[in-house]
Amino acid sequence: MPAHLPSAGMSRRDLLKRTGGLAALAAFTAACGGNTGRPSDSGGGNKVNLSQWYHQYGETGTKEAALKYAKAYTDASVSVQWTPGDYGSKLSSGLLSNKGPDVFESQLNIGMVKSNQVVPLDDIIAEVKDDFQPGDLATNTVDGKVYGIRMIVDPQVIYYRKSLLDKAGIKPPETIDDLIAAAKELTTNKVKGIFVGNDGGLALGGPALWSSGGSYLTDDHKPGFTGERAAQAFSKLHELYASKSVLLGSPTDWTDPGAINQNLCAMQWIGMWAVPGMQKALGDDLGVIAFPALDAQGKPAVYSGGWTQFVSAKSPNVDAAKKLVKWLWIDKQDFQEDWSLNYGFHIPPRKSLAAKAAKLQNGVAADTVKLNADYGHTDNPAWTPKMGTAFGDMLTNIIRKGADPAGEISKAEKTVNAELSRLFG
Amino acid sequence: MSTRTAPAPVPRAPARKGARRPKGIAGNTLSFWLFVGPFVVGLLVFSYVPIIWSLILSFFEAYNTVTPSKFVGVSNYVDMLTDRNFLSSLGTFTLFAIFIVPLTFVLSLALALLVNQVKIARAFFRSVFFLPTACSYVVASLIWRLSIFNGVRFGLANTILDWFGIDGIAWLSTVDPPWYWIPIVSVRLWLQLGFYMILFIAGLQRISPTLYEAAYVDGAKPGWQTFRYITLPQLRATSVAVLILNLIAAYQAFDEFYNLIGNVNFARPPLVYLYGISLGTIQDLGHGSAGALILAVIIMLVTLLQNKIFGFGKAGD
Repeated sequence: MPAHLPSAGMSRRDLLKRTGGLAALAAFTAACGGNTGRPSDSGGGNKVNLSQWYHQYGETGTKEAALKYAKAYTDASVSVQWTPGDYGSKLSSGLLSNKGPDVFESQLNIGMVKSNQVVPLDDIIAEVKDDFQPGDLATNTVDGKVYGIRMIVDPQVIYYRKSLLDKAGIKPPETIDDLIAAAKELTTNKVKGIFVGNDGGLALGGPALWSSGGSYLTDDHKPGFTGERAAQAFSKLHELYASKSVLLGSPTDWTDPGAINQNLCAMQWIGMWAVPGMQKALGDDLGVIAFPALDAQGKPAVYSGGWTQFVSAKSPNVDAAKKLVKWLWIDKQDFQEDWSLNYGFHIPPRKSLAAKAAKLQNGVAADTVKLNADYGHTDNPAWTPKMGTAFGDMLTNIIRKGADPAGEISKAEKTVNAELSRLFG
Repeated sequence: MSTRTAPAPVPRAPARKGARRPKGIAGNTLSFWLFVGPFVVGLLVFSYVPIIWSLILSFFEAYNTVTPSKFVGVSNYVDMLTDRNFLSSLGTFTLFAIFIVPLTFVLSLALALLVNQVKIARAFFRSVFFLPTACSYVVASLIWRLSIFNGVRFGLANTILDWFGIDGIAWLSTVDPPWYWIPIVSVRLWLQLGFYMILFIAGLQRISPTLYEAAYVDGAKPGWQTFRYITLPQLRATSVAVLILNLIAAYQAFDEFYNLIGNVNFARPPLVYLYGISLGTIQDLGHGSAGALILAVIIMLVTLLQNKIFGFGKAGD
C-alpha cells in the first residue's frame, strides 16, 4: 500500500484549513507592513498622500493646530504623526527608509546633507529669503544651499522669581560667579536656587562656552571649545552643580516649567515657549536674564534654538512635499502666527511677522526677544550628533564627576577632529 | 545466522466505516508549514536577515544609511574594542550583573521557599509576587523615577527619609555617591523576582517528598540541613537556568537605564551605548553593528563558560 493516497479532491475541512492558513499568513504579512504614517489610498481620491512628522510639543492645543493646518491644505492629503518621547531617534530611523516622513521638523546637521536625506529648498524660499534672520538661514545652510524653512525660534534663557530675589536682596546675576552666589543665596530647605535640568546642567554647555568667547566650531571647521577660557567656563558649571543650590531629581525636566511653577526653585533655565505657562502660575513675578558672561571679558549668551521644516529626499512626492512646506511655512502667515503665539511663545522666524507679534511686545516676552536679538547663538550645521555626544560626555565628566576640564576637553577634541576629517577631509 | 524469529505482524485495526482516509506525510507536511511557516518567515525576516545584514554592515562605513557605503575592513571592530565608552559600558554591565544576578537568585529562591511552604492562599501569594512580571519595564521605570525616587521633598523615598530627619537625596542625579544604583537595581528586582520565583517553585515541586522522609529517618533536621543537602542539589538544573537567564537579561539591560537616568556615560550599559550610536541620532550603523556583534560573541562565550562551569544539561539533571 502506498504511503499516501492521492487526494480525491479538496474536502470542506481541507478548504477551511488552507484558507485559514492563508488568512493567518496574510494577517502576519500585513502586520509586518507597519504603519508608515501615510493615509491609505482610499479616501484620498487622486490626491497625493503626504506624511508630516512632529515631535510632541508640551503646550496644550498644538497637536490640534497641526491637524487643523493639515486639514486646511487642499492640494494633498496630509497625515500628521505626532511623536511623544524620543522623536530624534524615531526620525533618524524613519529617514533611513522610504516609509518615513515626507515632511518633518528637525534641526539640520551636515550628515543629513551628505547622506542625501534632505532636499534643498532654495526655490521655495528665494522670494522671502531676506525676511528671515541671518542666523536662522545660516543654521539651515550647507555649501550655500538652504535645506530647511525655520518654523519657530525658541530662545533659551534663565527665568527667575522677582519676589524671591528681592526678598534675598540680590540683583539679577551679571556674571557666572554672580549666578552661583545668587543660587546659594536663594536656596532654603524648601526651595533650591536654580534648576538647570536633572542632568546637572548639560544644556548650559553651549551658553557657558559662548559666554567665555568660545564656540563649538570655528569658521574654518576646527574645534572652538578647547581654550583655557572654555575650560574655566566648564569648571564654573561644576562649581554651580557642586554648590548644593541646584535642584536635582525634579519630576519634570528643564523644558517644562513645573519646577519653577511649583516653587521648587527660584530660577530656571528654560525656553520662551514656557512663558504663558509660567505667567499663568506666577503672574508678573517673573524676570529674565541671558546666561551670564563668564567675566568682564565675556558676553552673556542665549541659545537661539527652534524647529525647522524639511523635505525628505526619500519621499516619493518631493515636489508635492515642497509645495506643502511653502504653503504652510511661507505663504500661510496666519497659521505661522497662530503656531508661534497662541500656545507657547516662540519668535516667528519671519522678521515681518515678528515685528507685528503683539504678544511679544511687552513684559518678560519682550525682554526675551531683546536678549535673543542681542546675544542669540544658533546651531552650527557642521556640528554633528556624534560631536554632540562627545561634548555631552565631556560635560558630564566635568560637571557631575568633577573631572579635570583640560583632560576632558582633549578627549572630546579627539572625537570631534576625527569627525571633522571624515566630513571635510 | 539469526535464530530470532520475525515478530508477528501487528493486526491493523479495521477502518471505521465512514472514517476519513489518512492523508499521510504530504498532509502532515502541509499542515506543519501552514502553522510553522509564518513564524519561520518572521524569524528569517526579523532575526536572521538583520543579523547577516549587521555582519555585512560591520565591515563598512554606513552613516545615516543601512546601505554599506565604503569597505573599511575590521577597523570598526578595532575602533569599538579601543573605544573607552564601549569598554566602560561593559564595565557598567559587569557592575550591574554583580548586583543583580546574586540578589535575584537569592531573593527569588527565598520567595519560592516561603510561598511553597504557605498552607493557605498559596495561589494568591504566587500571583501577588508574579504580577509585576506583567508590568512594562518602561512603565515601572517611570513610576520609580517620577513617584518613588524623584529628588524632591514629596518623592516617596525622600518622604520616608524625612520621617527620620534625613535630608532628601537626588537619587537619580547624584553620582558621588552613586545613589542611582538603588532605583536601577530595585526596579529590576521588583519586575523579575516573580518570574524566577515561579521557576524555583516548579523546581521545588519536582523534588520527591520521599527524599526528605528518608533524610529525617537518617536523622537530618528540617531547615538548613535538608536545604543544604537535599533542596539545593535537587534544584541544580533550575539554579543554573536561573543564573544563565539572569546573566543574559543583565547584558540586555536597556529600559530601566534609559528611562531612569538616560544615555549618560557614567552608567551606560552596552545596549544603551549601541542604541545611541546606531539607532539614536548618531546613526553610525557600521560601528553600531560591529559593537552589537562583539556583544553577541561575549554573551555567547560567557554563556558557554557558565555552561561548562555548572555543567548544565549533564545526564542526570
